[in-house]
Amino acid sequence: MHAARQIGGPLLQVENISLSFGGVRALANISFEIREHEVLAIIGPNGAGKSSMLNVINGFYHPQEGRITYKGKTRARMRPHQAAAQGIARTFQNIALFKGMSTLDNIMTGRLLKMRQPFFMQALYLGPAKREELEHRAFCERIIDFLEIQAIRKTPVGRLPYGLQKRVELARALAAEPELLLLDEPMAGMNVEEKEDMCRFVLDVNEHFGTTIALIEHDMGVVMDISDRVVVLDYGRKLADGTPDEVRADQAVIDAYLGVSHEETASAAAE
Amino acid sequence: MGDAATAPDTRLLDTFSKLLRHHAEHRGDRIAMREKDLGIWQSWTWAEVAGQVRDLACGLAALGLKRGDRLAVIGDNRPRLYWSICAAQALGAVPVPLYQDAAAEEMAFVLEHAEARIAIAEDQEQVDKLLQIKPDNKALEQIVFDDPRGLRNYRHAFLHDYESILAKGRDYAAANPGFYDAEVARTKGADVSTMLYTSGTTGRPKGVMLSYDNVLITARNALQREGLTADEDTLAYLPMAWVGDHIFSYGQALVSGFTVNCPESSATVLTDLRELGPTYFFAPPRIYESILTTVMIRMEDAGWLKRRMFHYFMDIARRCGTRILDGKPVSLADRLLYRVGALLVYQPLKNTLGFSRIRLAYTAGEAIGPDLFDFYRAIGVNVKQLYGMTEASVFVTIQPDGEVRADTVGTPAPEVEIKIEPSGEVLFRGPGVFQEYYKNPEATAEAKTAEGWVHTGDAGFFDADGHLRIIDRAKDVGKLADGSMFAPKYLENKLKFFPFIKEAVAFGDGRAHVGAFINIDLEAVGNWAERRNLPYGGYADLASREEVYDLIQENVEQVNRDLAGDSHLSGSQIRRFLVLYKELDADDGELTRTRKVRRNFVAERYGTLIEALYSDATTVPVETEIRFEDGRTGTFRAELRIRDVKTYPPAAPAAQAAA
Repeated sequence: MHAARQIGGPLLQVENISLSFGGVRALANISFEIREHEVLAIIGPNGAGKSSMLNVINGFYHPQEGRITYKGKTRARMRPHQAAAQGIARTFQNIALFKGMSTLDNIMTGRLLKMRQPFFMQALYLGPAKREELEHRAFCERIIDFLEIQAIRKTPVGRLPYGLQKRVELARALAAEPELLLLDEPMAGMNVEEKEDMCRFVLDVNEHFGTTIALIEHDMGVVMDISDRVVVLDYGRKLADGTPDEVRADQAVIDAYLGVSHEETASAAAE
Repeated sequence: MGDAATAPDTRLLDTFSKLLRHHAEHRGDRIAMREKDLGIWQSWTWAEVAGQVRDLACGLAALGLKRGDRLAVIGDNRPRLYWSICAAQALGAVPVPLYQDAAAEEMAFVLEHAEARIAIAEDQEQVDKLLQIKPDNKALEQIVFDDPRGLRNYRHAFLHDYESILAKGRDYAAANPGFYDAEVARTKGADVSTMLYTSGTTGRPKGVMLSYDNVLITARNALQREGLTADEDTLAYLPMAWVGDHIFSYGQALVSGFTVNCPESSATVLTDLRELGPTYFFAPPRIYESILTTVMIRMEDAGWLKRRMFHYFMDIARRCGTRILDGKPVSLADRLLYRVGALLVYQPLKNTLGFSRIRLAYTAGEAIGPDLFDFYRAIGVNVKQLYGMTEASVFVTIQPDGEVRADTVGTPAPEVEIKIEPSGEVLFRGPGVFQEYYKNPEATAEAKTAEGWVHTGDAGFFDADGHLRIIDRAKDVGKLADGSMFAPKYLENKLKFFPFIKEAVAFGDGRAHVGAFINIDLEAVGNWAERRNLPYGGYADLASREEVYDLIQENVEQVNRDLAGDSHLSGSQIRRFLVLYKELDADDGELTRTRKVRRNFVAERYGTLIEALYSDATTVPVETEIRFEDGRTGTFRAELRIRDVKTYPPAAPAAQAAA
């Protein structure tokens, strides 16, 4: 299925990143790369540093050591709004939408960085501002169509079930036309059907828009199915990095992440 | 109306492709179709539609579709799928619309049986099903899809984008000038226009073959009888494989030239309905019911003043609204009050529902509760019932304006004859009678007599006003021991119209009198119990309450009172009933998946209860194994009450004659 999609060179490289909060070492000397047009999964047990890693990538956290190269430009520090302006969009583990606003309005906020008209023009809805808004609205409508959320276009987001809110969040991230999309547990708390839908949307986004996607996910079935490569973190360290099959076969991953070997080690020790 | 002059003559324009050309030539700039897409109603004129259909037909011809071939059409109501039907017909091929929600296995049977060579599918979902089917299907050669989303990496040589077929069609037309017009000219009224597969609740689906004459003449007759014009707007949201949609959204639209509107998605139908405000609308009773329920819930949440106003004016509407709609005399005071009510309540309400422009709304398919029916008619929505089936190209009977009642289905449609067999079964004959079931002469011979009468399988009779009443499936109608007619479904429907009764099963065939099992509606009765501070622990407890039995008894007696006034059915008043200790459930095999009672299964399973119904006992001990959701089983023991119900003497024949 992925045959037609050309996975290119590195879009983003993370080199020797270390991040500490006081005495807590969240990330230790992490390096990996995200390649153009791929779906990369970051997995690991709770507290492994997955969300921290995403926060570092989009400039929310600033690592004490290491560097990030995005689209060939190396930088030590980047603010979230700079990351957004350069084409990095994300969704959050705990949904961060404007609950009182409609689905459509929430998605329109994703277009904010693309709006060029000055505030007072927009407020008065004058000629160029009106044209601009119509263009943005048309773009959002394409996303609404793509994610099949026409029926909730005008519904306040707070009234929607959890699974749909997740989809609206994805829609808002897509509205920014990102090159790199970071998804923090897009399928958490969903039932099987909602998960299947979301998987399909993630793959469709990747295929249709060529968006590079880095996602954090706990559901191993999902991860192995949809990702091209997997990075495994544990206690802030990188354990492995490779295709799903490689990662599945990696002894360090089996030992640490799947946790099956603890009993074996214990019984081996007893003998 | 200026349109009268340009209204097409279906005797000359006897196929849909000819009609389409007529509309494109005479009123090419009028809107033929709309579809809500990307949040906006997009529209196509008749001239544009004609162009699309021509390109598509030529493209399909280039793809190898020939006269007599079958073209499968699968998907939601999309303009392009309607055009596919017309394009196939222009070539003399037969379109076969399929139910889009059918699983691949069900679809496989129909595709195999119809031997469709080309399929037009709406999207990836349908294409995936077809790809699953294709290896085992010898006939299917090419697949065309409308929405390319998710399909860009499918690399099958037999898979084509709709756009590419249009392009191919334009090339083909350029290379073969006059091809399309010649093909259209070759189509004629007696040809098979479409094949619609019955959903097949019993046995395999059957392919009902309808000719152009069947569909066109039936569509035209109904349009004329109802006075519909080219100015109508209708909403196409029911499955395209269903004969109703084929007539309302395709046949009648092409005959009269009115506008067909496709909703944005199946989930947005009610929103789109409100935005659009159709003038001509069809819905099965459950849709009217769900719309009414939302209104009632929102009304209960409204402020005190609004609520008072709503209930006050709804009382007035119930008293005189239907009479005003039927053009019957109403006192001046009521008429004035109704005017005020229309201004304050009915019009705003209709506007919220999307019914403010409705000139004609049909319902059919199952019995509609009188309260539900009267609600819409009372606020001035002209809802009427019709009786129809695929084998009749829909229309068998229609309720004439001004003679609309909840319990009849009206008088015969134009040119349709009806007769009732001694067994009570309804037979009809008319211009819409189907040609045959495809590749199934036995079934055809069973359903259709040599003289063209079609067996409906429904039992019914004509009432004193000449209106047909359908009471049950003919095979379920029986006789009580004294020989009077017993129609279980009719009784059950009457019982189920009460909000407290969720399900009912009536017994009586070959018995001295009628007995019934009742399932209470846990929500409605539970609410009622809470309001009366009646504590209860679950369904079984509530169902066994003396108070609940009193409540249900009132309902049953009301049914008996109604039956007493009915000359055909006064003998089948309900003598005894009991409330079942559990809800009938599809998981236990007591209901079908579409929630219809499996009568014989229930009778077998609850044999001891039926015996008790026909004894003198006032209670019956029950002991039954129950299966919990986690798979464990337990035993349930209880004494079940049986209630005797008052019956009423039949209304004197003299009084009926006077009425």
